[in-house]
Amino acid sequence: MIARRQLIAAGGLALAGCATTTAPLGRVLVVGGGFGGATAARYLKLWGGATVDVTLVERQEAFVSCPMSNLVIGGMRGLASVSHGYAGLQAQGVKRVRGEVVAIDPVGKSVRLADGSLLRWDRLVLAPGISFMLDSTPGLAAAYDSGRAVHAWQAGAQTALLRRQLQAMPDGGVVLMSIPRAPYRCPPGPYERACLIASYLRHAKPRAKLLVLDANPEVQSKKALFERAFAQHHAGVLEYRPNAELQEVAGGVARFEFEDVKADVLNLIPPQRAGDLAKDFANANRRWVGVDWLTMQAAGQPGVHVVGDAILSAPGMPKSGHLANQQAKVAVAAVLALLKGEAVNPAPVVMNTCYSFVTPDQAMHVASVHQYDTAEKTMKAVPGAGGVSAAASAAEAAYALGWAENIWADSLAL
Amino acid sequence: MNTATQAFRRSGASVLSLGLCVSVLAFSLPALAQDLTLARSLAATCANCHGTHGRPRGPAMPPLAGIKADVMLQALADYRSGRRPGTVMPQIVKGYTEEQLRLVATFFEAQAAP
Repeated sequence: MIARRQLIAAGGLALAGCATTTAPLGRVLVVGGGFGGATAARYLKLWGGATVDVTLVERQEAFVSCPMSNLVIGGMRGLASVSHGYAGLQAQGVKRVRGEVVAIDPVGKSVRLADGSLLRWDRLVLAPGISFMLDSTPGLAAAYDSGRAVHAWQAGAQTALLRRQLQAMPDGGVVLMSIPRAPYRCPPGPYERACLIASYLRHAKPRAKLLVLDANPEVQSKKALFERAFAQHHAGVLEYRPNAELQEVAGGVARFEFEDVKADVLNLIPPQRAGDLAKDFANANRRWVGVDWLTMQAAGQPGVHVVGDAILSAPGMPKSGHLANQQAKVAVAAVLALLKGEAVNPAPVVMNTCYSFVTPDQAMHVASVHQYDTAEKTMKAVPGAGGVSAAASAAEAAYALGWAENIWADSLAL
Repeated sequence: MNTATQAFRRSGASVLSLGLCVSVLAFSLPALAQDLTLARSLAATCANCHGTHGRPRGPAMPPLAGIKADVMLQALADYRSGRRPGTVMPQIVKGYTEEQLRLVATFFEAQAAP
């Protein structure tokens, strides 16, 4: 009886803690299944094979892509078409745990899940995404809780809710979008969303208006191209005003410094910081995680690699899913080298390509390449490389859709 | 196919296969292994658009897997000079060094064409 109980206990421990592994290089735990975390899990297996034991913890059942989700909000495609499961990663040998990490012990090298179980690791890859800073805007948290305001800045239920609210709004109604001060996830995202909501309104509710109030002094990405799109395609529907930061939300009224706005649909995009999971490592204004760009390890936290929107961006480097994918590959190469006791790549390179739709049929891009600078110990955008589209076009809309299919497949092993 | 290309081809599947090269490349192995992992990392920056190992989904993006290195290097040079038109490629090719592009081209030549 005792022997049986011990066996059960031992079995439970092995299950809960991954206490044993036959992988010679050790256990790597990836927390967060967005672009960064999924790519890390996929490439650990692609490059490490059976030498590494890889577990991915994600609380959601499926990945829902922020890129392309503005097309869902505009009614041009369905939410299912931007959602993918984790079966592809599992087929590559990644162990999938659905759960929520509530505590990280970087000294004891373990994480604790909400259900009390413990997962141990030799190296940890954290891809926690963003959390929202709601305390500085009275009424904002309550407005989200009641559904009166929608952020839709983490794709999924919020994306569907904003779509439903736009559909339910009467013709002649007003949509308000507010944009937080940079840095935030996906610099061109709000302006793309504005274009696609305006496209939907012009077609479905021609008397409705979209008011875009931006806390920043100007459009934050692809400025000239977005301004051209606002004027050419969306005049009369979309009104854009810079230097307007959201102060408070009370009922259906959003208060800004110089005006109160009453609207039927409130799409209020809040200020952001590193995801809660990484809050103990957020050493830059207690907001973002500073990293060593050769390994993606959090400053002063050997063994803890952080990728994606949660990190303190290098100069000229936007927070994008594309870069989260690229940073994850740098992290994986470093994790494997460090587990083998080898030197890490002294010259990592990452690049970004980001497409934005300005109408349902036309898109444009911004691109950049970032090389490691040994003297300044950061990634620097290569001068003269990268740039934006000459003009939005149907051809680039096709490339945008191709980009999405390929980055989803690359990240999730589809 | 030269020895380096064979090693790159193996690296596409797993670095473990490097072990196979140890006996024949005892003296140059450390340098080659370094090149392999570096090439693999550099080529992975292309995967977001052109597919993992240069084998893309759908018709929008051209495959890179299996393209002869000299053909790819000429195309990249033409993007850089402006002789070959494009959208993203003429801009980003300028962000990589010639040596980096050579490693990328050698890696993709060694991948099986889709």
